[in-house]
Amino acid sequence: MFANFDFDVIRRSLGYLFFDGMTFTLTLTGLGALGGLIFGTLIALMRLSGFRLLGRVAGLYVDLMRSLPLVLVIFWFYFLVPFIGQWLTGSSRPMHVGAFTSSLVTFIMFEAAYFSEIMRAGIQSISKGQPAAAQALGLSYSQTMRYVVLPQAFRNMLPVLLTQTIVLFQDTSLVYVLSIPDFLGAASKVAQRDGRLVEMYLFAALVYFVISCAASFGVRRLQARIAFVH
Amino acid sequence: MNYHWNWRIFWEPAPNGTGTYLDMLLSGLLLTVETAICAWILALVVGSIVGVLRTLPSKTASWAGFAYVEFFRNMPLLVQLFIWFFVLPELLPQAWGLWLKQIPNAPFYTAAIGIGLFMSARVAEQLRAGIGSLPRGQKLAATALGLTTAQTYAYVLLPMAFRIIMPPLTSEFLNTIKNTSVAITIGLIELTGEARAMQEFSFQVFEAFTGATALYLLINIVVVIAMRFLERALAVPGYITGK
Repeated sequence: MFANFDFDVIRRSLGYLFFDGMTFTLTLTGLGALGGLIFGTLIALMRLSGFRLLGRVAGLYVDLMRSLPLVLVIFWFYFLVPFIGQWLTGSSRPMHVGAFTSSLVTFIMFEAAYFSEIMRAGIQSISKGQPAAAQALGLSYSQTMRYVVLPQAFRNMLPVLLTQTIVLFQDTSLVYVLSIPDFLGAASKVAQRDGRLVEMYLFAALVYFVISCAASFGVRRLQARIAFVH
Repeated sequence: MNYHWNWRIFWEPAPNGTGTYLDMLLSGLLLTVETAICAWILALVVGSIVGVLRTLPSKTASWAGFAYVEFFRNMPLLVQLFIWFFVLPELLPQAWGLWLKQIPNAPFYTAAIGIGLFMSARVAEQLRAGIGSLPRGQKLAATALGLTTAQTYAYVLLPMAFRIIMPPLTSEFLNTIKNTSVAITIGLIELTGEARAMQEFSFQVFEAFTGATALYLLINIVVVIAMRFLERALAVPGYITGK
């Protein structure tokens, strides 16, 4: 079965796989999670703001994103981002947007919908007395959110946010549909160039498996520690 | 914006000779639904077995269930599909591999099985949580009545656990439908694939994707409404899930 397994093709391409591919994947995951968290928190605040229209718009956005497959959303933004860029800068032609920017915008906008649901649950988990006490102390709405509610919501939801980031890490592999050399894309390029599909895909699977396993193990330990503190 | 809108494109004939562009999208929708239903049946069957394994008193059984779930949960779906599609035929004995490569509709079967197994790990987790949420007294009472473990699961635990996890199972089914679009990478021309083909033939990017978006929203709404009816029909009066 593994008689003609060529380990050398993996060894030869390690540099390309990790320095180019994995760097792209991890940067996309990190920035996507950060941007998704920021926008997601804003969306959650919109939904909980008490302004009907604002809440309705945010809710529609979340529902729309959550009912579409990520592959379709990737295609949407790939074609849409140049036009958004044109509109923002007011230039006469659609903007030229690189592969990384396009996929980063996609993941931020897509993950914002999922992160917003987590943050909404987190904000709702803070007892009503806290914002009331903050108001009694004379804090404004934004101060209440920044210093009282959001830090606690974030802390309570940290394990869930990190689990969602692991899902995001796995989902970034879908930029493959745009032929972008992320980790899987790089592995696939080498696989097709050298005719070594078996070795490269099994190796890619192993790397994703080890990273995701280690990360979810870490999250589980963190969860246990947070539960202990409470 | 200098994009040329043309919403009538849906009624124009597609160059692949199968009717209009709308027919193209609808045939994609049909394939999406077919793939998702096959995958979902597999996910439910395998997921239920693994979910039960995880709650059994036997250490070996629960460890096997745990290993299964971790195995399928920690690899991207795309990588799993590649392994089923490109790697498996090479690892099998030559005659089998050859047979596997020559199956007609290989992308469809690969997608149904690959997505089904991927989702089965999630179903298993939901079922484990559902069984775990039942009061401990139910299992004890069943044992006290002299039911065997198999009977306890079949008549006491599973009927309630499945009712409790209906809402999360609904969203897992919606995830299954969405995940079929990943199979575009192994050549399954489902709804997203047809939208992409329409965009390449007609250059009407945004109309094509709007059409696909509308159809995905439609499936979502239909599934949510259908599941709400099913939930109501199966509810046991007097329980949280009942009225």
